[in-house]
Amino acid sequence: MIVIEGSDCSGRSTQTQMLKESLEAAGHAVMEMGIRRSNLLAKAISSAKQGNLLGKTTLSLLYATDLADQLENRIVPAMQAGFVVLADRYIYTLMARDLARGADLKWLKSLFGIALEPDLIVFLDADPEVLFYRTLAKYGELNYWESGMDLATGNSMHESFLKYQKSLRGHFHRLAEEYGFTMVDATPKPKVIHREISALVSGYLERIVQQPSRAQRETAALSPVATGRPVRVEEG
Amino acid sequence: MAMKRIRGLGANKKYPGRLIVVEGCDGSGKSTQVHLLRVWLQSQGFPVVYTEWNSSAIVKRATRRAKRKELLTPTTFSMIHACDFADRYEKMILPPLHAGCIVLADRYVYTAYARDVARGCDLRWVRNTYSFAVKPTIAFYFHAPLEVSISRILFGRPSLKYYEAGMDIGLSLDPVESFKLFQGRIKDEYDRMARREKFEVIDATRSIHETWSEVRKVVQAKLADYEPPATQNSQA
Repeated sequence: MIVIEGSDCSGRSTQTQMLKESLEAAGHAVMEMGIRRSNLLAKAISSAKQGNLLGKTTLSLLYATDLADQLENRIVPAMQAGFVVLADRYIYTLMARDLARGADLKWLKSLFGIALEPDLIVFLDADPEVLFYRTLAKYGELNYWESGMDLATGNSMHESFLKYQKSLRGHFHRLAEEYGFTMVDATPKPKVIHREISALVSGYLERIVQQPSRAQRETAALSPVATGRPVRVEEG
Repeated sequence: MAMKRIRGLGANKKYPGRLIVVEGCDGSGKSTQVHLLRVWLQSQGFPVVYTEWNSSAIVKRATRRAKRKELLTPTTFSMIHACDFADRYEKMILPPLHAGCIVLADRYVYTAYARDVARGCDLRWVRNTYSFAVKPTIAFYFHAPLEVSISRILFGRPSLKYYEAGMDIGLSLDPVESFKLFQGRIKDEYDRMARREKFEVIDATRSIHETWSEVRKVVQAKLADYEPPATQNSQA
């Protein structure tokens, strides 16, 4: 499982798509996941956000449930079948957003205890000023939620955006230490970033193909099917 | 800062209102009693707010669809109910409590503890999820032997619903048998919680009127020091 994290306009989705194509070209079956993509709640969350009449705990739990549904019904079976799972944002985005809204870290850690631990977490790091410029260039306007407008800080939307993105980045950096993110500079050209991420990913994939984990080796050695040797039965 | 005090630390929160919740197995008669309580409190001139399990405007439809299509695992079953609860909590429970109202809840966090644990979820995880919720003033537990509550539900009921009967956890292929086993597990969980959560245990095998007399007595005693919110400016 490979996770690409980063703010809106950090180039995250572009990188996820480029990585997916290169993985598939190399013969890996890829299953994608992300935020608000569950069969269970994607629609409910979108319509709930329209009204903005939504408590912070509720929003937090809705997103967590959305992720849990993807994991339990789609991702776990895919991983068992040998897919590479590629997540365009994962629990860390949800945690950073909630932390920026005052949530308790211990509460979040327990809530997300149900999630699978990824093998590689790439964080696309960008200054809030860069994100601000890119957001305007891409959409022509700022988004209510990405500007943290529900927090009602700052005198103007752009002030709120910068404050919110700065706070998010701070939380991401703290999570990065705790969960071992690989930080990638989000400012070079997409191709350059892709090369960096590809190198990380293929290095990782080679390692697990050449050197299966100890648990994998041990279970393979014990299996009578794999070795043709009967499993020894303890006497007494 | 303000959010931190509400989130994760709910159990010790002080509020001028009163929160009365009713818990118990299906068929224990709790909804009948909470209805009588609501009418009585209103007749006393108290401001009353009523909320029931599974009724959030945002989440209800998604839950109903998921149940119909049998999409839920024990984890997502637990989480989607937490979403529903959080939405009602943030809109319909906490604000009225701060305004000094009496809030009546037909089922509260204990329903989640009992049902989710009966489905195999980890109790500590479930309790963490709901740890934002305040402790009620009174938590009634309508206690009846399993045969009594089950016969009340099965009487005149053509069929049981999939999740209601706990068919999702594979206790039995026969819905009625599964329902009995599942309700037994839930009752065990309630019984286990009764002392720790300081439930007011009500013998629910008696007539509606006898039960109501007892419920009213408990409520009267607990409301002795209750003062409805001031709706007029006091004269300075």
